[in-house]
Amino acid sequence: MAAVQWTDSRVEVAGATLHLSRAGEGKPVLVLHHETGTLDRLPFYEALASRFDVLLPHHPGYSRSPRPDWMRSVRDVAVVYRGLLSELQVRDVALVGLGFGGWIAAEMASMAPADVSRLVLVGPMGIKPSQGDILDLAITGYIDYARAGFHDQKAFDRVYGAEPSTDQLEMWDICREMSFRIAWKPYMYSQTLPHLLAAVRAPALVVWGEDDRIVPSSAAKRYLEALPNARLQTIAGCGHCVDMEQPDTLAKLIIDFIGRE
Amino acid sequence: MHLMYFTEQPMSAYSEQAGLDFGATALMFPNTQFDPVEGSRLYNNYIEQYMLAEEVGIDGIMLNEHHNAPFCMQAKANIFAGLLAGMTKKVKIVMLGNPLPLAENPIRLAEELAMIDMISKGRLVSGFVRGGGQEQLAAGVNPAFNRERFEEAHELIVRAWTQPGPFRFEGTHYQQRVVNPWAVPLQKPYPRVWIPGVISKETIIWAAQQRYPYIALNTSIEQTKKIWELYDKTAAEIGYASGPENRGYLIQVHISDNEEKAIENARQFRWMQGEFTGLAHPVWSTPSGYGSPSNRRAFVEFASGRAANPRGIASFEQQMADLRIIAGTPTTVVAKLKRILEETRPGILALWGNDGRVSQEDSLTCIRLMGQEVFPAIREIAKQLDLKSPFEANAPVHLNYSNDLKASRIAAAE
Repeated sequence: MAAVQWTDSRVEVAGATLHLSRAGEGKPVLVLHHETGTLDRLPFYEALASRFDVLLPHHPGYSRSPRPDWMRSVRDVAVVYRGLLSELQVRDVALVGLGFGGWIAAEMASMAPADVSRLVLVGPMGIKPSQGDILDLAITGYIDYARAGFHDQKAFDRVYGAEPSTDQLEMWDICREMSFRIAWKPYMYSQTLPHLLAAVRAPALVVWGEDDRIVPSSAAKRYLEALPNARLQTIAGCGHCVDMEQPDTLAKLIIDFIGRE
Repeated sequence: MHLMYFTEQPMSAYSEQAGLDFGATALMFPNTQFDPVEGSRLYNNYIEQYMLAEEVGIDGIMLNEHHNAPFCMQAKANIFAGLLAGMTKKVKIVMLGNPLPLAENPIRLAEELAMIDMISKGRLVSGFVRGGGQEQLAAGVNPAFNRERFEEAHELIVRAWTQPGPFRFEGTHYQQRVVNPWAVPLQKPYPRVWIPGVISKETIIWAAQQRYPYIALNTSIEQTKKIWELYDKTAAEIGYASGPENRGYLIQVHISDNEEKAIENARQFRWMQGEFTGLAHPVWSTPSGYGSPSNRRAFVEFASGRAANPRGIASFEQQMADLRIIAGTPTTVVAKLKRILEETRPGILALWGNDGRVSQEDSLTCIRLMGQEVFPAIREIAKQLDLKSPFEANAPVHLNYSNDLKASRIAAAE
């Protein structure tokens, strides 16, 4: 497989400045990363870009995108991304939301149900789990929190190194601060989203790592109840960060799901 | 010189071993360890201490509050302030202070404080704080907006105290459509506001910009001097000359009638394993967004066990040598405090007299010696050094009430 060529740019949209990485050709796929920010390149992104036109923005206030001080909610992020798609004239997009990014994707789908080709939510936050609570960033150490996203700690080591760099720790702190600014209370979910999702007719795939210690899997059932056209796929031997822990498995699932006419 | 007694009101009747086993004595340390029978006894002990402080002629009683931890059992300083307002006659009731960002409705604070001021017949000093990081988490308040909420709540409270109601307040974090409290402070323009702090430069600058006295909390002599340097520089930029009336200092001092006993009891200042606020995960005490962005890198290294605490933890002996803990008979204590007064020139001095498991009997002895022997000697030294309190200096309550600002600065401000 030839290495995909990424283009990095800065896009001004709806009062925010976004760092956008884009690569590949085919159906447009918007990939939305975790609350821990994102590394620039990951095997999962490469795999998707080998089949699709992948748009990977860094959330406002996370990783390479500067913080818009005015922003107050995850729904604000979703609106900014709707603006981004509009600016870029990308229509009929497939949304792939990873954890916290899954919440953003679900909000986006609820805003413009007709403009979503496929919805993929991987261990999404955004709905209050019926049992258990979403792991609280505020009382968990940086490395402990990031490691909690992985079932296999060797997978964590492969992505971040066994001892993540101080730059990485600092970035986690910046991302954490932004998560507090937009998702503090109620913590990491919306009380209205489950109702709004009823309008989303697009086929939806909800993926859950069997050993998700960040978002309790009881939230999966609530997503399935809220989305009219969704099915659940569980990944064995995997934690919350399926994209980083089992990138090939997840990419294959998504390629099959989105690629299907 | 304004001289005060302070205790953290330690909840000392818990199992130390349970804390060590749990690995933390703050925020998440289970409150199954809190025994309300002992709590009742201790609250009443503290009332007895404060009543004695008034009896022996101490000028002020300093109160504070913390949450979810044994190191301080005052969950609401205004409750003790209300009690003292009714029970005492002379002491100043010095709140250092109410954690403003924790308030969802600052008008309630404005009302409570106004009530305390009226009931005490104008003896309230209303300090304000940001609250520790753990306080934000205990209250479920967003640490990322801590400083913004602090400044906005302050503005709202001062307006509620000084601006005729009803009026409307539409802020970023607080929106109050009808501000019209039927309780306003007795003291005019409003009760004095003092701002305690430890390390944040932003807070020192903010206090100097308001012309509020800053109270350095148990900092070393060198740190204290740096704080005054920054305060004085800020004051000069604004157009006033700051002096002792702008400077307060809190220090751990245990006084006894014999040296050995004093030192033994002073070891209790480290009963929380050397941390004032107990053992805690660093991310609890400094949640993201709470600290200054300039400290971010040093903090994440500390929080991940890669660097020592930037605030540093010295041994008991070192803290005694550095005069951050003072213990002894009145003669010993006065001599050491004299050096601090000479070097840092505060007009407000609070002695944190008792901590941890010091017995009630020894605590009362400490307070008696403080009021009857140490403070009279300190007052004499303060006179020689010309260390005037804000009351003695008749300092303006806020910059806005200054009549000595340099003309050019006033013109520039207009």
